[in-house]
Amino acid sequence: MSMWWWILVACVVAYLTKLLGYLVPRKWLTNPRVARLAGTLTIGLLASLTVANTVASGAQLAVDARLAALVAAAIALWLKAPFLVVVIVGAAAAAGLRLLGFP
Amino acid sequence: MPLNLRNSPGAKVGLSIAIATGLYGVSFGALSVASGLTIAQTSVLSLLLFSGGSQFAFIGVIGGGGTGIAAASASALLGVRNAVYGMQINALMHPRGWRRFVSAHVTIDESLATGTGQTDPVEQKRGFWVAGVGIFVFWNVMTLVGALAGDALGDPKQWGLDGAAVAAFLALLWPRLKTRDASAIAIVCAVATVIVIPFVPPGIPILVAAVVAAAIGWFGSDRASTPPAATS
Repeated sequence: MSMWWWILVACVVAYLTKLLGYLVPRKWLTNPRVARLAGTLTIGLLASLTVANTVASGAQLAVDARLAALVAAAIALWLKAPFLVVVIVGAAAAAGLRLLGFP
Repeated sequence: MPLNLRNSPGAKVGLSIAIATGLYGVSFGALSVASGLTIAQTSVLSLLLFSGGSQFAFIGVIGGGGTGIAAASASALLGVRNAVYGMQINALMHPRGWRRFVSAHVTIDESLATGTGQTDPVEQKRGFWVAGVGIFVFWNVMTLVGALAGDALGDPKQWGLDGAAVAAFLALLWPRLKTRDASAIAIVCAVATVIVIPFVPPGIPILVAAVVAAAIGWFGSDRASTPPAATS
């Protein structure tokens, strides 16, 4: 039940954040510092999520097939593959290494 | 308003973006179920939260063993940029009455990029609305398809779905790394994450990185600002 609660909280907060842009005086959000903050937050969070999903195993660091998925995805992105292809390449790299016996 | 959308460049771009973006809803659906959420919870995230990055953030934290509050916090922080997008759309199109509230819900990276990518004011509106509503429809259908498929797959690790999550986050990040400053911020936050992982509960390293990123944004120079990415 508590998972449902946090899902609904996340949904309400997401909508109110979007709506905020339509309702607050324009000068609040045209402040370059706010625009810059929104940009750096997005980059920092996505970088953190990428790394945490690659090497975190609970509260420990672990090197496993996910690292190969990261490298394979980076190569696919460098070759300008579309999003879905990148995701499939990542899955294939991890699944392939596990077939070969890697953790 | 009677219009021929086949002659509208904004609507054309919007539709192609809607199909391309909607398709990868299938990866969100599958990864969300793999992270431990139910099919219903997965669908609610796509229907009501409806912001790809925030949705992936939520399940990324849950999948890593983080708490609900850590997941909701990461999701909320990643959605901050949508307030800036909302302001841009509002300044450009001035939606009135109920349209303003629908417009807010479909204010995401792709609809903003499609709308602002057009020069004619009418085409800007068409591009924004066709992309926004189109992605909403395709994204939700494909989320359900992915959730049902992911539920049937069994062991997520055997299929490399944890690797797919890593690839998805990197693909969301990639188009934003157009400047040296953006890459520097990404590296600093990645290193901060790795350093704190052994010392704090799962999910918290992502919030630590958010604090670091916010500090860089607040105190940093103007060069660190980044335009919204065309696709994510």
